[in-house]
Amino acid sequence: MRPWQRTGDEVVATLEPQEAQLLRVMIDQIRELFAARTAQAPVDELAALTGIRSGPSTAPDDRVLARLLPDFTRDDDVLAGGLRSLHEPELIDAKDGVAAVVLRTCPPDGGAVRLDDEQAAAWLSAINDVRLALGTVLEVSEDMPDELPREDPRSAHLGVYHWLTYMQESLVLAVSGE
Amino acid sequence: MTSPVEMERPEVDEAGAADTPWKTIVWNDPVNLMSYVTYVLQTLFGYSKDKATQLMLDVHHKGRAIVSSGSRDKVEVDVAKLHAAGLWATMERDR
Repeated sequence: MRPWQRTGDEVVATLEPQEAQLLRVMIDQIRELFAARTAQAPVDELAALTGIRSGPSTAPDDRVLARLLPDFTRDDDVLAGGLRSLHEPELIDAKDGVAAVVLRTCPPDGGAVRLDDEQAAAWLSAINDVRLALGTVLEVSEDMPDELPREDPRSAHLGVYHWLTYMQESLVLAVSGE
Repeated sequence: MTSPVEMERPEVDEAGAADTPWKTIVWNDPVNLMSYVTYVLQTLFGYSKDKATQLMLDVHHKGRAIVSSGSRDKVEVDVAKLHAAGLWATMERDR
């Protein structure tokens, strides 16, 4: 893909078919992680009555979910658990929502993508979540090389990670009008 | 027989700690882009490009930066917004 361009009120890019498919598959994977997490939430008769939902009070065991849904505080485990329980459901809704915007606006077979500012903000958050997920599994560090040796099993996946980085950087610049 | 529940938020302790401002910390991580962190700080907090860039550089070089402060409720909302954007943020009481 070439970089995102601003044209008037929109930012525009053209995705190759395989780029669009790859992006949609990765976004779907993230949504499945969130759905699995939501399914683990305690069944709560009180929530059914009051409409106030509560999530789990402990951090996810899965390292990707743990990065996407961090603790609110480091100092106090009880407070961290309480804040997680209170905020996690809405946080998952927000992340699921931006993922859904990408799936709605990214043509499955590639082609032109035109986004207004709100949709572009959703793309930035959703792409960032995919990069966080991939970066966690790849154990990306500050001094990660551009390429890994071919025999490294992470080599091909790192290429995908760098492509997402390029796409996000270019979209930030286009949205900021730079 | 019962009586209405006190709706006031319980005081944390007697030493005025409930009034102590809280602060929102953003931590460095190897994935988030410098440009994206700056963009998020501008859009979530309405900071100027210069201020957002300076905070981002503090995160990058010092490992963390205080990006907002205030009551516990306010800071809680700020942390939730930063988490929604994918930044690694926590809250702590000002000491």
